[in-house]
Amino acid sequence: MSNHEHQETAHRPVQRKEMSRRQFLSYTLGGTTAFMMGGAVLPMVRFAVDPLLAKKAEGTWVKVVEESKITTEPQEFKFQIHQVDGWYVSDPELSAWITKDANNNIFALSPVCKHLGCTIGWNTLGHHEYDCPCHGARYTVDGKNLAVAPHPLDEYEVKVENGFVYVGPVKANSRV
Amino acid sequence: MFKSMYNWIDERLDITPLWRDVADHEVPEHVNPAHHFSAFVYCFGGLTFFITVIQILSGMFLTMYYVPDIINAYASVDYLNHKVAFGGIVRGMHHFGASLVIVMMFLHTLRVFFTGSYKAPREMNWVVGMLIFFIMLGLGFTGYLLPWDNKAYFATKVGVQIAESVPYIGPYIGEFLYGGDIVGAQTLTRFFAIHVFFLPGALIAMLAAHFLMIRKQGISGPL
Repeated sequence: MSNHEHQETAHRPVQRKEMSRRQFLSYTLGGTTAFMMGGAVLPMVRFAVDPLLAKKAEGTWVKVVEESKITTEPQEFKFQIHQVDGWYVSDPELSAWITKDANNNIFALSPVCKHLGCTIGWNTLGHHEYDCPCHGARYTVDGKNLAVAPHPLDEYEVKVENGFVYVGPVKANSRV
Repeated sequence: MFKSMYNWIDERLDITPLWRDVADHEVPEHVNPAHHFSAFVYCFGGLTFFITVIQILSGMFLTMYYVPDIINAYASVDYLNHKVAFGGIVRGMHHFGASLVIVMMFLHTLRVFFTGSYKAPREMNWVVGMLIFFIMLGLGFTGYLLPWDNKAYFATKVGVQIAESVPYIGPYIGEFLYGGDIVGAQTLTRFFAIHVFFLPGALIAMLAAHFLMIRKQGISGPL
């Protein structure tokens, strides 16, 4: 019987996939090092990317002006938003060009030029267009880009309540 | 994958001798805790370095939120500690790590002293080690002001008053550290600059010298 066993082993030599001492050491030491580095570095990485994962502030509505003051000629209105920037809390002033169209729909355009971000003005050159002082971009009363700028002016969300115009977050132009 | 990436680079740049020169050295039996457990005392230098690396890393991350300005400093520390995810942990690593560096460095110094490792030919390394010790104390002193709370303010006031008691040049040292006559806006910015740029730069240079010398001279022999 022992003879038989002997023959078996002679026929197929035991081939256990043994880990070498060096492999074992590099796995255990490498694993321990990775664990310790991870323990130290992961909190720091999470700390650094916190702004990406933070809950975004909801867009709020700001009361800007009485509905009756809005005309078919664009007018600039200033309004303050409440801004929490980390530890710095402020109320910066923004402006919107608010107009009534032929169907009495009120809309508000952002004054930021879509070319390179300068501040546009209405009718500064006497063409009844929005003009940008920096590179001569021009827009229609609806904000459609006529020259230089690649996109139409952004639009603020607008709602009218109890005779007042409220301005909300900025969105892409929906009129052109 | 790593192996083939390594080989690709090694074929072109022959980097193996570079790291082999740094990493391949024999650890004598008398400093290896696997042979004599009491040899763990030889680990304190390495532990000091390990915690120093954590200090540098956590400090780099803290400056993502911190501002060295008397209006905003406390508010920014409060924000990063309480509002940012893991803020308490990252600031805690830097805060408690600072104490731990001093502890480990003290134990390392004791080991070097009681094994007589400072003796010839290693006297220069002892001196560099002492310079590192004072740089660490300076880092601790300047870092303590940065949160800009009451403890920070008065600790700095007391510390600078001690420096002012040096004969003859004391008042000049005091004015230099204050950046004026009071602990104020200019003190905070200059302590920040010293804490974040000047002392870490000096520390890294001294550590490089410390490690080069110990590799050149080898660890001192058994008792």
